[in-house]
Amino acid sequence: MSDRPVPSGRVVITGVGAVTPLGTGVAKFWPRLLAGESAVERITLLDPSEYTTQIAAEVKDFVAEDWLDKKEARRIDRFIAFAVAAAAMAMQDSEIKVDDDLRNEFGVMIGSGIGGLTYLGEQHRRQIEGGPSKVSPFLVPYMIPDMASGYVSILNGLKGPNTCVVTACSTGANAIGDAYHIIKRGDAICMLAGGTEAPINELGLGGFCAARAMTTRNDDPAHASRPFDKDRDGFVIGEGSAVFVLEDYDHAIARGAKIYGEVIGYGMTGDAYHITQPDPNADGAYRAVKMALRTAGKSPEDIGYVNAHGTSTYYNDKGETMAIKRAFGDHAYNVPVSSTKSMIGHTLGAAGAIEALICLLAMRDSKLPPTINYETPDPECDLDYIPNVARDKEVNISMSNSYGFGGHNVSLILKKV
Amino acid sequence: MSADTLEKVRKVTVEELGVKEEEVVESASFTEDLGADSLDVVELVMAFEDEFGIDIPDDEVGEIKTVGDAVTYIDKKKSA
Repeated sequence: MSDRPVPSGRVVITGVGAVTPLGTGVAKFWPRLLAGESAVERITLLDPSEYTTQIAAEVKDFVAEDWLDKKEARRIDRFIAFAVAAAAMAMQDSEIKVDDDLRNEFGVMIGSGIGGLTYLGEQHRRQIEGGPSKVSPFLVPYMIPDMASGYVSILNGLKGPNTCVVTACSTGANAIGDAYHIIKRGDAICMLAGGTEAPINELGLGGFCAARAMTTRNDDPAHASRPFDKDRDGFVIGEGSAVFVLEDYDHAIARGAKIYGEVIGYGMTGDAYHITQPDPNADGAYRAVKMALRTAGKSPEDIGYVNAHGTSTYYNDKGETMAIKRAFGDHAYNVPVSSTKSMIGHTLGAAGAIEALICLLAMRDSKLPPTINYETPDPECDLDYIPNVARDKEVNISMSNSYGFGGHNVSLILKKV
Repeated sequence: MSADTLEKVRKVTVEELGVKEEEVVESASFTEDLGADSLDVVELVMAFEDEFGIDIPDDEVGEIKTVGDAVTYIDKKKSA
């Protein structure tokens, strides 16, 4: 063990992959996001006619057979397939060569808020109809949320820390933050980290409809997700995955890797308030921003762009605005804040990872994606939300916020290198 | 050995194991030749149960090692 390199204490992103409602692969996704396209349409993955919400942001171009062998592609839960694809894209993008030494220092941390709910629902139906002998042996492995990490580690031969985080809609952000800590403290040199989710199935839709958290603007899907707009009435459910190759800075430099950015700050707090509603004072969200700034050693004036959690629910958007204003002071009115959920919906456990990716691409290209469907200002949401049209702006440091049922609050700070 | 049963067993096997039809010959072992692991075998047996409307008890699964074994077992079960 004596020949293990000393960790640099800095963690950079050297590869990215994404499966999103605006396309599979960054090259497809990013231009459409900057163009302000909506991916929200009537649900096709199931017949939604009996549900109060009948629209979603589905991934339409994903073909599991492109990423998995035929046997697995046919039966595996969609949340695992998305992660396998995003991880494969990230590995290819990073151009990293994994030899037997690096293999043991290369971990996986791909979280999911829910896990294999589609497969669980199908197998539950089989058991009800045919008894316990009809339950598939793949129910347990395809249902458990850690299987995205497990599967990706097997396919890529990665034998470092293998784990996952489950914090509802802050999962993706927590996964990147926790993987950052693992590398920073020297327990791995590289980590595949991110989030994945495929919640558009009978149980997922039924559950979120019952929770009254989603929009019911069924007759106007493209305008249904309208974060920070006065007429917002709930989130649009989405699906997808984003996965990063996180790498020790010295290791990345030594191999001449392309570097998208550096993770420099990570804040996480709890609300201790309610199982689904955010604390109306947004104190936990505020403290997460403060912790992220403190761990980054940065002040609010250093942040050039915020990718908001911005779910398009009344309480989230109001509370998040309060948290940013309290943490940033006067600078809150100078920093552009956008919610890309206006275009791709809320991808739950994948959202934090997809939105961290958006921060990296925004800094790389000096282009900030908009909040679309912003029409009627809300006096309680009075920041610069980059309304409707992308903006050219050079940004060196950006922040991404994510919040989850259970009272999880996460803020990540990413820096251009 | 019923040709109809063989045809259906081959179809189910191709679908469940994602293998090529020409690989699914009577002598092919599900685990040795067709790449099935222990979970795949359980899933495959359940698919045979569904396809043929029969029950295959756990203690009889061991009789089904090859494609030919499956056809023989299913024919016997159906005529019983």
